[in-house]
Amino acid sequence: MANKIRVATTSLAGCFGCHMSFLDIDERMLQLAEAVEFDRSPITDIEHCTNCDIGLIEGGVCNSENVHVLREFRKNCKILVAVGACAINGGLPAMRNFIPLEECLNEAYLDGIGVENAQIPSDPELPLLLDKVRPIHEVVKIDYFLPGCPPSADVFWKFLTDLLDGREPSLPYELVHYD
Amino acid sequence: MSKTITIDGTNIPFEDGQTIMEAATAAGVYIPHLCHHPEYIPHGSCKLCTVKVNGRICSACTFPAMEGQDVLNNTKELTDDRRKITQMLFVEGNHFCPSCEKTGNCQLQAVAYHLNMLDDHFPLFYPNREVDASHADVMIDHNRCIFCTLCVRASQQKDGKNVFAISGRGINRHLIINSESGLLKDTDLDATDQAAHICPTGAILIKRTGYQVPIGERIYDHQEIDQVSLETEHLQHGE
Amino acid sequence: MKQFIQDLAETNGSQPTHLLQILRGVQSRYHYIPEAAIEQIAELLNISRTQIISVVEFYSFFHLTPRGQYELLISDSITDHMLGKHSITDYLSEKLNVAVGEVRHDGLVSLDNTSCTGMCDQGPAGLVNGYALTRLDRPRIDQIADLINHQKPLDLWPSELFQVADNIIKPGLLLNQPVNHGSSLQAAFARGLQETLTEIDKSGLRGRGGAGYNTAWKWHLCYEGPEENAFCDVATHGQPQRYVICNADEGEPGTFKDRVLLNSFAHQVFEGMTLCAAIIGAQQGFLYLRAEYLHLYEKLQSVLAERRSSGLLGDNILEKGLNFDIEICLGAGAYICGEESALIESLEGKMGIPRNRPPYPVTEGYLGKPTVVNNVETFMAAASIAVNGGDWFAGVGTEKSKGAKILSICGDCPRPGIYEYPFGTSIQSVLNDCGASDVLGVQIGGPSGTFISNKEFDRKLAFEDLATGGSFIVFNSSRNILDIVNNFTHFFAHESCGFCTPCRVGTSLLKKQLDKIIDGHGSAGDVVALEELCKLIKNHSHCGLGQTAANPVLTTLQRYPELYQSRLKEISYEPGFDLDGALETARRMAKRNDSGAHLAQVEEEL
Repeated sequence: MANKIRVATTSLAGCFGCHMSFLDIDERMLQLAEAVEFDRSPITDIEHCTNCDIGLIEGGVCNSENVHVLREFRKNCKILVAVGACAINGGLPAMRNFIPLEECLNEAYLDGIGVENAQIPSDPELPLLLDKVRPIHEVVKIDYFLPGCPPSADVFWKFLTDLLDGREPSLPYELVHYD
Repeated sequence: MSKTITIDGTNIPFEDGQTIMEAATAAGVYIPHLCHHPEYIPHGSCKLCTVKVNGRICSACTFPAMEGQDVLNNTKELTDDRRKITQMLFVEGNHFCPSCEKTGNCQLQAVAYHLNMLDDHFPLFYPNREVDASHADVMIDHNRCIFCTLCVRASQQKDGKNVFAISGRGINRHLIINSESGLLKDTDLDATDQAAHICPTGAILIKRTGYQVPIGERIYDHQEIDQVSLETEHLQHGE
Repeated sequence: MKQFIQDLAETNGSQPTHLLQILRGVQSRYHYIPEAAIEQIAELLNISRTQIISVVEFYSFFHLTPRGQYELLISDSITDHMLGKHSITDYLSEKLNVAVGEVRHDGLVSLDNTSCTGMCDQGPAGLVNGYALTRLDRPRIDQIADLINHQKPLDLWPSELFQVADNIIKPGLLLNQPVNHGSSLQAAFARGLQETLTEIDKSGLRGRGGAGYNTAWKWHLCYEGPEENAFCDVATHGQPQRYVICNADEGEPGTFKDRVLLNSFAHQVFEGMTLCAAIIGAQQGFLYLRAEYLHLYEKLQSVLAERRSSGLLGDNILEKGLNFDIEICLGAGAYICGEESALIESLEGKMGIPRNRPPYPVTEGYLGKPTVVNNVETFMAAASIAVNGGDWFAGVGTEKSKGAKILSICGDCPRPGIYEYPFGTSIQSVLNDCGASDVLGVQIGGPSGTFISNKEFDRKLAFEDLATGGSFIVFNSSRNILDIVNNFTHFFAHESCGFCTPCRVGTSLLKKQLDKIIDGHGSAGDVVALEELCKLIKNHSHCGLGQTAANPVLTTLQRYPELYQSRLKEISYEPGFDLDGALETARRMAKRNDSGAHLAQVEEEL
């Protein structure tokens, strides 16, 4: 067990679609499980990273919590990977970047149709929103990028097996997609 | 004896008056490009067709083929630079492929795939740009415009109209519409115009035709842009 | 307005080529280009409204929304900064109660920055409604604020505000012996035009704008140019059409020698143009005058009138059967128009976007006809060579750089102004002459040129060593090199025409990346990324602007790598944007200020 590669995963401003796609490697998961063990991940319910070899990040950075989580991953993972369109360029959540944050919050919590007890949430437990959603490479250094919305299961498989077998990871043409 | 140049060491015939791009395409050699289209006067602005001619960097779409030229096209150095130029096009606009109807049929995306572009590399600009959906049959999403001027040229050179122009300077360049209101609905653009179909990205789309071909079954889902480009442009550049 | 525009169009022959001149008239009268004006001009010139809008949006001095009745612009050259531009602008802004980039609420005055106005020897400088203001200081600003608040018309302003000095400190080969009016043409006709071209060839004269193309070859190529291009419409014109253009779009920050040549040696410049016309067979010439030199316009017009009345311009010049005239066209604030093909586009009434080459202007230039474009100083030199002969000129200078070069010296030296030196002169002797001391480095050839350090002052002024269009900016050791580089890099991003991807996007990315490092947010990989970006812009840009836009970074990075490295943090990465600042809106709206409502720019080491 000691020689297993430790992998952590998380979803920031994402939809967990990338995680679902990862699970689509289906029966290959068993093969992967022989070489890999999961650290912090929605799959394990481990809350914080320990030293890991690989960190897979889904989603962009939309709030202060995302920044903290991303930093925790960067600190603990030897290799940090941006997984999917949102991690790479902000993706669909970044489409709010064209509306001032003030308008977004007003619409959601004050002026929107059906809003009751209108107020901007202010509980210190809640993370605050950044004015713009950012790709993760603008907040920490990223080592690899897996494009796609989501990247296909084969992308995960190709990337991880490349790393496990000691090859420089690469994606052939048919695995490169932005949609 | 016809005249020849070499591209990556291979002899390529050319005729006087042909550009390097024209000679290459006619001979079945792909040089990446976005603002170039064989039916229109070359523009030379996207710089993806950058090649090295006897050690000097030139745009293949505008530079004339001449005897004695040793052209480098498919080298690692040029591919790396072309990838960065493509990344520049991505970060200056708002290219959210998953939400774009053009995905899979988009030349900007396909060139990026071809160059194995996996990330944006540079910080994103997230410019604030408009969508013009005023026209009954055609819409413009300025977020996706790369200023290739193909719509400008198509409207002028093919459709006999003058619907589009590029305005502004530097990073503030933008597409403008030739109507008093500045809106597409007040122009004489028809959905059948060349200009409405030539956009290499998803900036100009025909309404009510979306998603007729499912994602995953589109042009560049199966074929790389070099083959597609040569198949469609070969004849136009050939005899 | 309708009548005004109608008259304006008529004055300009309703020619689309004169769009800039017409728009200048509209901007000057209404302080913007109203929509109705665009529609009317489109109709009168029979061009599309989009062509007009694109031109308005391209040039800095045209606006689609109203500017103040007094449009104040402050020169943003590094030399203006060194002379206290920042505090002067703040003072002006406070006195006039208008923010930089804004129009005052009553619409009376607007204030903004503008690229170098070519007054580096007498800054901080500015423009009011296009007219040059020099030596701005607090008393002058008090005066200007008063004049504006009392709505005094510009022609009633005291003339000392507009005084522009020549500051010719060290005349040399050309400036010491200007030719008499008409003597170059007389000499050329007496010697023979072909023989005169031979003399110019013998002189080894190369273009004085900086690029250094051989002048005689250029004229020869234009003369030889393919006949099908040279002939316009034989039926109506019956003879070849060729053009002579004098490039007076002196926009390189730190240069002002053409301003002085046109102020004090305009006859000789026009004579050089006429000589060129005689040799290549042109009938029409243009002086493309940068908008910042509007103050020279009337004077230049009167020089032209004088030359016409003395038979040196117009029909049958010197009774030798030469017909040639010169028109002065003003620019509208675009550095790129100094590039010859962009200048031609601008003269044709379009955005100043450099053309694809080949074809070169000598075969397909203005309106597609063979055209010679030369610098002001080149024409002046050609006129002297016609009188004094090629050997006279070639006897001075170096093997590859013949003759002398006129420099605009400014920055940290007690005697800024115009200096003329034989090519081959060392930088050290130039510095001695202008009295510079404690010199850190010199920017040779402006932002697009080279920054040399104080270890290189034995280098020479010459095309084969340090080429310059004339800009020579001295920096003493109190200056911060990164401030200089930052000013230049912002300049290029502002002036990029936006045609090609590497320059349009690259110069903006370069600005961001440099800001990140200078502001102390850079980390290990950021200087490498900076250099990579520089090379990409330099190698792949369409024209000289992009190809040189990274020079300020590249030339200083090469000489002072430690300066850049010292700004970097010893961490693997830091965001290029202000993280805590990005929470500001949310913090304010949630009325929070607890520790959880803040983010450190870099994670604290635990």
